[in-house]
Amino acid sequence: MSMLDVNGLNVWFGKNRDRVDAVKGATFDVGQGESFGLVGESGSGKSTILRAITGLAPNWSGAMTLDGKPIGKKRPKEFFKTVQMVFQDPYASLHPRHSVDQVLGETLHLHGFKDIDARVVKLLDDVGLGQKFRFRYPHQLSGGQRQRVAIARALAPEPELLLLDEPTSALDVSVQAEILNLLADLRNDRGLTYLMVSHDLSVVGHMCDRLAVMKDGEIVEILGVEALRAMNATHPYSKQLLQASL
Amino acid sequence: MMSTLLDVQNLWVRFPTRNGVFDAVRGVSFTLGRERLGIVGESGSGKSMTGRAILRLIRPPGIVEADQVNLEGQDLMKLSEKDMRSVRGQRISMVMQDPKFSLNPVMTIGDQIIEAYRLHNSASKADAYNKSLEMLEAVSIRDAERVMRAYPHEMSGGMGQRIMIAMMLIPNPEILIADEPTSALDVSVQRQVLDIMDKLVKERGMGLIFISHDLNLVADFCDRVLIMYSGRIVEVCDADKLHEAKHPYTRGLLNSLPRLDAPRDRLEVLERDPQWSEAPSVSGSE
Repeated sequence: MSMLDVNGLNVWFGKNRDRVDAVKGATFDVGQGESFGLVGESGSGKSTILRAITGLAPNWSGAMTLDGKPIGKKRPKEFFKTVQMVFQDPYASLHPRHSVDQVLGETLHLHGFKDIDARVVKLLDDVGLGQKFRFRYPHQLSGGQRQRVAIARALAPEPELLLLDEPTSALDVSVQAEILNLLADLRNDRGLTYLMVSHDLSVVGHMCDRLAVMKDGEIVEILGVEALRAMNATHPYSKQLLQASL
Repeated sequence: MMSTLLDVQNLWVRFPTRNGVFDAVRGVSFTLGRERLGIVGESGSGKSMTGRAILRLIRPPGIVEADQVNLEGQDLMKLSEKDMRSVRGQRISMVMQDPKFSLNPVMTIGDQIIEAYRLHNSASKADAYNKSLEMLEAVSIRDAERVMRAYPHEMSGGMGQRIMIAMMLIPNPEILIADEPTSALDVSVQRQVLDIMDKLVKERGMGLIFISHDLNLVADFCDRVLIMYSGRIVEVCDADKLHEAKHPYTRGLLNSLPRLDAPRDRLEVLERDPQWSEAPSVSGSE
């Protein structure tokens, strides 16, 4: 059963001489409960695919289906109950003047939950933060703690598919280990599906079952994690990427 | 022993806060020759503050104190602010952590690089333009002419960082302080950028202080490594022997990395020992 199906996705920015085709004919599918990785160099369009899925990149063509239902230009409210995104930079993705409580409370309110208080408490526990962080502001949190808040916010509507845009690239290796462990636990507990973007092959190799290698807006190869570990890439670019990451 | 470019002795960085004085850097000493010196540690370990303190970029209420910060016989701690300005950029240049906050958002990239070049060299606009194009190509930016007339927000993080590096190298400094210059880049480009920096260090006899949290990268790229923890140097070792490091903190950092060749269900999480921050700083002088 396929959770997300992307077929011939094109995304572009600007027009005429400044038009950039960020994604060209990307086709892949992510199964229910699978963890799928997108790797490639910066500018290869991997984050743009995530943005196109959530509707943050308005200029796109092709077909995307979520859980069997096609994704249109306008996304219904239920869409955002199913799909949530965690952004790259926890320093930029949290409102500096909103406390953790406000961040989570507002999200829950927007999704129409009634028992907000109990849910905020539970979310904080789930991401390993605890109650003492509830009324803190982002500047009172470390990078890892902020990313935990961002993950809690994404989990608030009880989504099935999490889009992870380089969730640990702004963090220290010791904190990265904690966040990756947290993401793995959450996936086990809640049966989540992950679509994870990273430039770090070893992170993707640790987290994902399958991955797509991107270059210049195109997917050049889709391979399983076993093939990745065995260095069995066929496309020259994926080989080069593997070499560089050792 | 190679000639010493920079000699830092007993460097302290302090910030007065409501709850007393916070020591970000606590008595760090090291020397830099014509080499690639790596400083690794987590965020909050004081590695970036060390880099900034050398250039006296820490603004009041922050306090920088040192027995000496000696740049080829000149003590930077004693220079006036005006003299310091001629050191920054021209003699010691710094590539900052985040291109998003370090590039001017309302100036085209071309204008910014040209400005950096013409500030230190008397060159015509056309020469400066060509030189800037060359530099952008040297940091492997495709389509350099389009990039020249673009604004920073149109660039990806990786491109922004390469533009920063181009801008900092164009005045041809003696020492480059690179603060996490490649953490926003992906592995394939990382290598290219490092190769460019490597070439410059070798060709121009530059000294490089490479601040990073990426242990593998530092082990691979630098000659010598200082490992910092809570404002002190806990261990100094040759970069190629980093994987034999003895300090439990260094070992913990190494073990928390996911590895392709050794898959694990769970990653090891670093257990901190309060003793690490009590132990006196190790000297990084050659």
